[in-house]
Amino acid sequence: MLLNLCRKEFLVALTDPASRVILVAPVILQSLLFGYGATFDLNDVPYAVVDQSRGEQSAQLLARLDGTGKFHRVATLHSPAQIADVIDSGQALLVLHFATDFDSRLSSQGTAPLQVVLDGRNSTTAGSAAAQIRAVVTRFNASRRTSGVPVAVETRAWFNPNLETRWSILPALTASLSMIQVMLLAALSVAREREQGTFDQLLVTPATPSQIMIGKAIPAIVIGLIQSAIVVLIAVFWFRIPMAGSMASLAVGLLVFTIAVVGIGLSISALSANMQQATLYAFVTLVPLVLLSGLATPVRNMPEGFQIATYANPLRFAIDLARRVYLEGATLSQVWHDFIPMACVAVLTLPLAAWLFRHRLV
Amino acid sequence: MIGTARAFRQRLFALIKKEFRQLLRDRSNLLIGIGLPIVLILIFGYGLSLDVRDARLVVALEDASPAAHDVVASLEGSTYMKVSVVRSAAEARRRMDAHQADAMLYLRSDFARHAAAGDAKVQLLLHGDDPIRTASIRGYVEDAMAVAEQKRLDRRGKPAPEAGVVVVDRMWFNYANNSTWYLVPGLIVLIMTLIGSFLTALVMAREWERGTLEALFVTPVRPMEILLAKIVTYFVVGLAGLGMCLLAAKLLFGVPMQGSLLVLLIASMLYMAVALGVGLLISAFTKNQFMASQVAILASFMPTLMLTGFVFDLHNVPQAVSVAGHLLPATYFMELVKTVFLAGTYWPVVLKDCAILALYAVVLLVLSRVATRKRLD
Repeated sequence: MLLNLCRKEFLVALTDPASRVILVAPVILQSLLFGYGATFDLNDVPYAVVDQSRGEQSAQLLARLDGTGKFHRVATLHSPAQIADVIDSGQALLVLHFATDFDSRLSSQGTAPLQVVLDGRNSTTAGSAAAQIRAVVTRFNASRRTSGVPVAVETRAWFNPNLETRWSILPALTASLSMIQVMLLAALSVAREREQGTFDQLLVTPATPSQIMIGKAIPAIVIGLIQSAIVVLIAVFWFRIPMAGSMASLAVGLLVFTIAVVGIGLSISALSANMQQATLYAFVTLVPLVLLSGLATPVRNMPEGFQIATYANPLRFAIDLARRVYLEGATLSQVWHDFIPMACVAVLTLPLAAWLFRHRLV
Repeated sequence: MIGTARAFRQRLFALIKKEFRQLLRDRSNLLIGIGLPIVLILIFGYGLSLDVRDARLVVALEDASPAAHDVVASLEGSTYMKVSVVRSAAEARRRMDAHQADAMLYLRSDFARHAAAGDAKVQLLLHGDDPIRTASIRGYVEDAMAVAEQKRLDRRGKPAPEAGVVVVDRMWFNYANNSTWYLVPGLIVLIMTLIGSFLTALVMAREWERGTLEALFVTPVRPMEILLAKIVTYFVVGLAGLGMCLLAAKLLFGVPMQGSLLVLLIASMLYMAVALGVGLLISAFTKNQFMASQVAILASFMPTLMLTGFVFDLHNVPQAVSVAGHLLPATYFMELVKTVFLAGTYWPVVLKDCAILALYAVVLLVLSRVATRKRLD
């Protein structure tokens, strides 16, 4: 009985070639796109210079800047009045302004200000550009100095040696990308039958609501895990991000997560009268879950109230688990606390969905 | 008689009335049109932040010398870091392993001796899971080292070294250095995309799927009028979303509006037309709700979130991704919205972006007219 129900659901999801494509292609496309595109690492800073001192020191400093390979000069301005134009137009992210007395002050007094004007339309980018300028200037100062060398800081980053955003994004995508489609798939499964009127037929068969629920849940879970596996493969073989933990631990974590997502999706589905409602409800649920998961912005940066609310968000814990297992090599006993909220969501939503099958008040 | 202007107006009016009734009848539509924008405003305005605060640094201090204490004192001066001091490296490592600290600074017992000799080294270990935070911790620690060195020399009565070049930076347009200031204006683009492309595609695909569009085809109304009625209705909903964003930006988040509101309104109308064009095209091609919702999310919502410079700056992405981003009309609207909000009405950018948006609007709306023919399959 259960087997037949599962088979039927698989057929519904996979008979249409267009649906088969839409279950695989977007996952691949998005992993690649976000792997390359979702980055906070500033690698290319277009800048402009107003050098009114025209001295040796400013030239040396600029040579150091160009030597980093991250800065490239897009304009050489003749007066500070031109700064507004290159910044407003977005041509340069920052403008370095050496005043007329820069060189003479640096030689005679040992110190001189360097004005840096930043385009703050994206303050995060501007902030990291400013930090990189400071680092270059610090090294420049150190090279001029004869005494009082500051303490050298030897930095080592754990689990992400080059501090690339990609390394923290891709493990998180293993959970996030599959969630979007799994939730929609589960949300549409009952709603489609309700809209077409076949759900009532299903209810009068000997199958119990829990059997129907399991029959609908298993195909969605399987499809979700396949999608997660695709993302893991892309992370390991395409982006070459070394997998520190065990594949089995990651799989167990993602399985519990996917069950929770399907539970939410089926509950939405059981609540909706038709497919349009199911899609819209699922979407309205998905957006806050994805945004408040720590995928793009850290949970720790959120205000207290939001952080508490995220305990109901299975994605938050799936991302934490995926990152720890994938990057840090954590074992299941080290991440057991991530399972509790996900399991709670699954335990609440799945029986709710089964109960709603018969008790929905339309 | 059918073709007269008056009959056209009557039919269009009747269709718009039908659209509004359909829209208001189903609560789930209102949820997307009104509820989700409010949720997004609250999440983006209050919940999300890329500004580093409270970075947790644990210092393993095995040296009790004044030089080492200078380092700790200058670290504690930072308003962005929470510094805790432990006596042994093992304890600090334990906190790192337990994710109770983002970074660990290790001052060995011979720190003061090496500092006097001028060859001191400290070790900084960082958790790599949040690159923005770790990069700024590194910056703060290096700054603190320079300050501590200065103090050490002062204490020993040596002449302070020359300060060298001092960077004085000024952040234009966002002097508060607050990510909310760019996230909330960007939200206008996201919400209008949501209503124009996602909701419209879904509603129209439903008509295709259920055959109600075919029912409309046998009436005297023309495809153009059916499309116009949809466009007018969702245009109004989109503008309501825009209005909410503008009010929230001004009243709740205090984002300054440097440029002209009129320019922003005109550009928003152009973008709304683009978004509607995308939505209508998606529905005409997919003609079913599951596919339409998937394609709308993948082709409009996700790219708007990820590829337009909304959260992830296009300066940072590889060339190919940047090119893909610049094919999206939303990228140009994003640039315009941020410029008008934060930098002011800078005409070269405004005119360029408006021209591109107008071009996209015309092409997409003509295409969706072509795709919506009275045709049975």
